Amino acid sequence: MKEHVITICNGTACINKDVRGLQNILEEQLVKLDLQDKVKINVSGCLGMCDKGPVMIVYPGYTIYGGVTEKDITEILQEHIINKRPISRLAIQEDNLFNRFFRIFGDTKFFGRQMRIALRNCGIIDPENIDDYIALRGYEALAKILTDMTAQDVIDEVKKSGLRGRGGGGFPTGTKWQFTADQINDQKYVICNADEGDPGAFMDRSAIEGDPHTILEGMIIGGYAIGANKGIIYIRAEYPLAIKRLEKALADAEAHCLLGKNILGSNFDFDIEIRLGAGAFVCGEETALIRSIEGRRGMPKPRPPYPSVSGLFGFPTLINNVETWANVPVVILDGGSWFSTVGTEKSKGTKVFALAGMVNNTGLIEVPMGTTLREIIYDIGGGLPNGKQLKAIQTGGPSGGCLPAEYLDTPIDYESLAKAGSIMGSGGMIVMNEDVCMVDVARFFIEFTQSESCGKCTPCREGTKRMYEILTRIIEGKGMPGDIEKLERLGSMTQKASLCGLGQSAPNPVLSTIKNFREEYEEHINEKKCRAGVCKALLNYVITEKCIGCGACKRVCPVDAIDGNKKQMHHIDNDKCIRCGMCMNTCKFGAIIKS
Amino acid sequence: MITEDNTFIDEIKNFIATKMTLPNPESNLIAVLHKVQQLYCYLPKDVIDMIAIEMNIPAAHIWGVATFYHYFNLKKPGKYIIAICLGTACYVKGSNKILEAIKEHLKIDVGQVTEDGIFSIQPARCVGACGQAPVLMIDEKIYGELTPDKAIEIIEKYRNKNNND
Ligand SMILES: Cc1cc2nc3c(=O)[nH]c(=O)nc-3n(C[C@H](O)[C@H](O)[C@H](O)COP(=O)(O)O)c2cc1C
Ligand code: FES
Repeated sequence: MKEHVITICNGTACINKDVRGLQNILEEQLVKLDLQDKVKINVSGCLGMCDKGPVMIVYPGYTIYGGVTEKDITEILQEHIINKRPISRLAIQEDNLFNRFFRIFGDTKFFGRQMRIALRNCGIIDPENIDDYIALRGYEALAKILTDMTAQDVIDEVKKSGLRGRGGGGFPTGTKWQFTADQINDQKYVICNADEGDPGAFMDRSAIEGDPHTILEGMIIGGYAIGANKGIIYIRAEYPLAIKRLEKALADAEAHCLLGKNILGSNFDFDIEIRLGAGAFVCGEETALIRSIEGRRGMPKPRPPYPSVSGLFGFPTLINNVETWANVPVVILDGGSWFSTVGTEKSKGTKVFALAGMVNNTGLIEVPMGTTLREIIYDIGGGLPNGKQLKAIQTGGPSGGCLPAEYLDTPIDYESLAKAGSIMGSGGMIVMNEDVCMVDVARFFIEFTQSESCGKCTPCREGTKRMYEILTRIIEGKGMPGDIEKLERLGSMTQKASLCGLGQSAPNPVLSTIKNFREEYEEHINEKKCRAGVCKALLNYVITEKCIGCGACKRVCPVDAIDGNKKQMHHIDNDKCIRCGMCMNTCKFGAIIKS
Repeated sequence: MITEDNTFIDEIKNFIATKMTLPNPESNLIAVLHKVQQLYCYLPKDVIDMIAIEMNIPAAHIWGVATFYHYFNLKKPGKYIIAICLGTACYVKGSNKILEAIKEHLKIDVGQVTEDGIFSIQPARCVGACGQAPVLMIDEKIYGELTPDKAIEIIEKYRNKNNND
């Protein structure tokens, strides 16, 4: 019997910080100190504490060590393992909820379940080891449906759970399954949407990297429910580690008779294939995704017909998001009625968010629906660094909106976020402080959707382009009265007239920033002022009284815009200045400021 | 075949052959293009012509697909591709300043290759490491928490590595 287990995070962020190298050192040290019999090393998927990597947890006791270095390893083994004294200096302190999460989800039976459903195994099991998954009731749901449940029973259970699509739309999953099941056709398909196009989100990536078998199990159950024998996972080519783990999981599942012909001795057959995306945001949209799997340009089609009627190669197709699939085994195992006790009236279960931006704890979190933005940002996220003020919270990526601090008490659910002018989206959540300019953010998203627009329909192709042009001129100090109204008109036109969700949602970042931060737009246009100091053209460098007249700025200025006598306060000629910022970087006395 | 490099042709042909026996073989076009890019780092024109014949798909259609997806390079990139993340998390943490610094340092624009063929710059949209924003990626290795100076230091490390090879 081993006395200790050390779990080493093998998520993307920790691997980038060379956690693998540390693992080798740890293994060497174990041999050297003759501890191999006492300590077991486990690897896990993303633990969700990406900014604190490399992370390891020592059990029993759940001591979490962050930012571990080569030197720390020896110390941890000496002190913690041999002398039995956890090293508080290296441990991540108690005061944040991340830590509480660990205490909680160590107890997978009760509390853990309530918080972590989709990610219930992430950070606990070794994602490359199917036995780990099976040990934590993995594939039990599959066995249950194959022996005790009819296809309709499965669909009814999913309906009862109230589970809704986690890919952004929030469509009731059970209803979608029913539609697809009702189609009479020998050939049907099940697709897992792992395209994760939101540029600032990594939930699906972490879920797959941390627990690939859950996704497979969910898909097999889905196939059984709707009567399909073929599944396809469409995943971004940019996620090599997730792809590798999926491939391993597929091979292992097949070897265990959980995939292929006569699964677990039943007469149900199911295969899963992986298809790679190639970097096109619109391919996250279901009809475009289907075309991409067919080997064509990923352009959306008008709906109806919905994929559930005519999808891949014209056959009925059930398409769900990664996180949606990850919830399915739990719904089956613990029952739809249990699942529907978590969350709010209309939004059941939990939601995974990738928390990033200007917040102390960046990483992956899963919270019950109904948790407020304030709890997420301040309790879990630990607030904003450097004492800065919160300005906006962006959810839903390029299809979502920016909510100001007034909305901090908004509960997370599909309806409340939509009412506040943003969307739930797939789970990207970016925290922005006062240093971020809202007009610039709006332009950033419109530039993205504009370049990702497939060009098929005019409102999206032209609407996003014109909005981009108007925002650009506002940022360059050439904004004109009436521009805000023009943006609003264009935005609502693009929303209403575009063919697919990309165009229909593309104006959201612009419209929500206008709605919530209108005065910032007005300042840009009327006063030629950017309060965040981001828009270069609107920014003036000014030399203040702190100037001692050393002349350093004058020497570095590439356009000779600075004038002044030695030992006297200098002065910048704003007509000549090209706003390169060299003077400010050079000044040793902090005398130059942006205004 | 006029391609400068014929070494991979058989490998690609074999890859296509395994796909042609499956149902809906033409749906594997994107997988084939991935294979080509993996071997050549870009999609050479002659190879596309070869695929058109082997898979019985018009070359125009293949180009239509290849140009639609950002992931595919149509020109030969540098030996090291510097992918700078311009995703939301990186953007709000100043990734465009890093892009500017690198552009100035290497004296090339996005999508171009340095004269010596060592570096090219590509924008990336979120590599899933938002926790370490801003980030850049070279050869699947991700460097996080960058400043302009740190980014240039990393690039110079690759240049030295190249000179020593
Ligand atoms: C422009 C656009 C991008 C999308 N990107 C994604 C994505 O990256 N991942 C995803 O699961 N769904 C995405 N969707 C939603 C899908 O079209 C689809 O609704 C979803 O995959 C259905 O699964 P769900 O019901 O489980 O959410 C996107 C939709 C649009 C319009
Ligand atoms: S936004 Fe750059 S890694 Fe996600």
